Amino acid sequence: MADTELTGAEIVVRCLAAEGVEHVFGYPGGAVLNIYDEIYKQDRFQHILVRHEQAAVHAADAYSRSTGKVGVALVTSGPGATNAVTGIATAYMDSIPMVVVTGQVPTAAIGMDAFQEVDTVGITRPCVKHNFLVKDVRELAETMKKAFYIAASGRPGPVVVDIPKDVTQHSCAFHYPETISMRSYNPTSKGHAGQIKRAVQMLLEAKRPVIYTGGGVILGDAAAQLTELARLLGYPVTNTLMGLGGYPSPDPLFLGMLGMHGTIEANMAMQHCDVLLAVGARFDDRVIGNPKHFQKEARKIIHIDVDPSSISKRVKVDVPIVGDVGHVLAEIAKFAQAADHGPDQEALKAWWAQIELWRSQDCLKYDRASPLIKPQYVIEKLYEVTQGDAFVTSDVGQHQMWAAQYYKFAKPRRWINSGGLGTMGFGLPAAMGVQMAHPGAPVACITGEGSIQMNIQELATCKQSNLPIKIILLNNGYLGMVRQWQEFFYEERYAESYVASLPDFVKLSEAYGHVGMRIEKPEDVEPALRRAFGEYKDQLVFMNFLTDPRENVYPMIPAGKGLSEMILI
Amino acid sequence: MRHIISIMMENEAGALSRVAGLFSARSYNIESLTVAPTEDASLSRMTIVTRGSDEVLEQITKQLNKLIDVVKMQDLSDGDHIERELMLAKVKATGEHREEMKRIADIFRGRIIDVSDKTYTIELTGTGAKLDAFLEAIDPVAIMEVVRTGTSGIGRGDRVLKI
Repeated sequence: MADTELTGAEIVVRCLAAEGVEHVFGYPGGAVLNIYDEIYKQDRFQHILVRHEQAAVHAADAYSRSTGKVGVALVTSGPGATNAVTGIATAYMDSIPMVVVTGQVPTAAIGMDAFQEVDTVGITRPCVKHNFLVKDVRELAETMKKAFYIAASGRPGPVVVDIPKDVTQHSCAFHYPETISMRSYNPTSKGHAGQIKRAVQMLLEAKRPVIYTGGGVILGDAAAQLTELARLLGYPVTNTLMGLGGYPSPDPLFLGMLGMHGTIEANMAMQHCDVLLAVGARFDDRVIGNPKHFQKEARKIIHIDVDPSSISKRVKVDVPIVGDVGHVLAEIAKFAQAADHGPDQEALKAWWAQIELWRSQDCLKYDRASPLIKPQYVIEKLYEVTQGDAFVTSDVGQHQMWAAQYYKFAKPRRWINSGGLGTMGFGLPAAMGVQMAHPGAPVACITGEGSIQMNIQELATCKQSNLPIKIILLNNGYLGMVRQWQEFFYEERYAESYVASLPDFVKLSEAYGHVGMRIEKPEDVEPALRRAFGEYKDQLVFMNFLTDPRENVYPMIPAGKGLSEMILI
Repeated sequence: MRHIISIMMENEAGALSRVAGLFSARSYNIESLTVAPTEDASLSRMTIVTRGSDEVLEQITKQLNKLIDVVKMQDLSDGDHIERELMLAKVKATGEHREEMKRIADIFRGRIIDVSDKTYTIELTGTGAKLDAFLEAIDPVAIMEVVRTGTSGIGRGDRVLKI
């Protein structure tokens, strides 16, 4: 077929369609009007109109997190782009594949301080995997192809494509490349065979092994390979906040989440293991705390990651394996099965006995007899009512940690939260992206009264797009995590952590056309949830749970401390 | 330890700022940075002089390789290499200084490339240390202006950075 002449705006739309994009989250404005005009004329993908560009990017991000596809957001120049930056940085920190198309002022106006002009490529450079400014319509199609390729391959991440308005008007012959190859970018996929063999040997000689896995297992769709290997060896598994769902939480090999608010058994096993298999995780400060304290105990570390720069960054590693985690895990399982001896069963038995001793401390216990609603109880009930099968998004703070601790994720891509950047305001727009990707599936947004107000305008988007999200507001009247740190480390000086003048959330939800509920007593928690997921299944329900204002997240490792220095309840 | 990193990257707009931005964002040290296109107009060659521990250098190398525009790179200090820097120094050339400056420039194999009745402009090429030594050898009050390019480097023998 002969290449047809198309305008830049048509090319953008055709490229998105060619990539199989079904949903674009965005907000129109001057610089992208040509693109919106083409969107109006097509029916290949659906555009979801948000109420703030930050929400468009979070929604596209969570769409990707819950599906594995590349999320797409479209915003205008200037403030459209700057509003998107928080969303882009959020996706960057958690390595989420996303393409953000930003409008730009016409090429002739660039640098003239034109209306709604910002240096988008400059502003986003530190928080994207890569970005492009397309100055010639003839480069547009190939740039879009590169953007999708870069976003999704290797260690994924957001890519920004900045398109000046005149480029969307100009036309050229359209040809969308089927494949792309770049001499400067060739991510490694297969792990080094020699290193894999060394790893297997080290694993089989372990006396006190631990498998520690992060978001890389989710992003690399390697949950099945991880589960197979862990069960083959019978080794304990712990997940980071980003890795939850990578291993089925209800499984006895699972020690729970590790890190600042991890379980005793996970943190102690991590600290005292002799061989550590780290998979798609990066030993960050919220996971191992102080690296000096971590390195006090001698252990061998095997680290599998698709990104070489994640290896030996905070902690020196003995066996680095760069590659796709799923592929490497499968190879390890294959070699382990073929080895002449299996794990040291005697040592393993003693190690598990020690772990069970830690586990018996039941570090996630809380006061179940309290007359106040305990936030943990709400999460446990949510787990029961949704039979552990909901998509759960969260904002940032105490409620996020409780959700991570008490909702036992059994499958990957069900737990959607901003782990790296810790972006308050993420939860509701994220739930929108998830619900768009999974119509009919239960989607719960666990939030706090601080976080929800950072993007509460999106209740209107939910109405316009008929998104029956269930908002679980754990309302303790405080910026809870700030309050907790002030209680522990600032002698109870609660500087600006009390959020006075909260709106009436029931009326507010109703004003947006949704169902609002206010739940004050523990015995009303379960019925409210049942109604929300039953009777009101097809509507957005905003549940305002008034929870114990003084509840804290335990265990807790204070910042800068080590894994074995937990504060317990 | 001092390292000279040689980078071959796509000659794209903004490529330099990606490298410079990486160094500032991750608080790596840059002692000097030079960049220019190569015989292949689609490629730029950049030389960065940096300092850091082995761990920091390992991260610098990995982070640079991670930049999409970086095609290839090499730590020249890992093997035999040559480094050169060009300096243009404008010095006072009056009275006793006039002879003295000429003499010192000769000793350092510098060339006087511009002369006025009061000044010499001396062109000097060498390692950074040699240029430093020249500046220490002359009377500091005679120095009017100094312009240095920063270090460029290349591997010795068949050690080649090429795609």
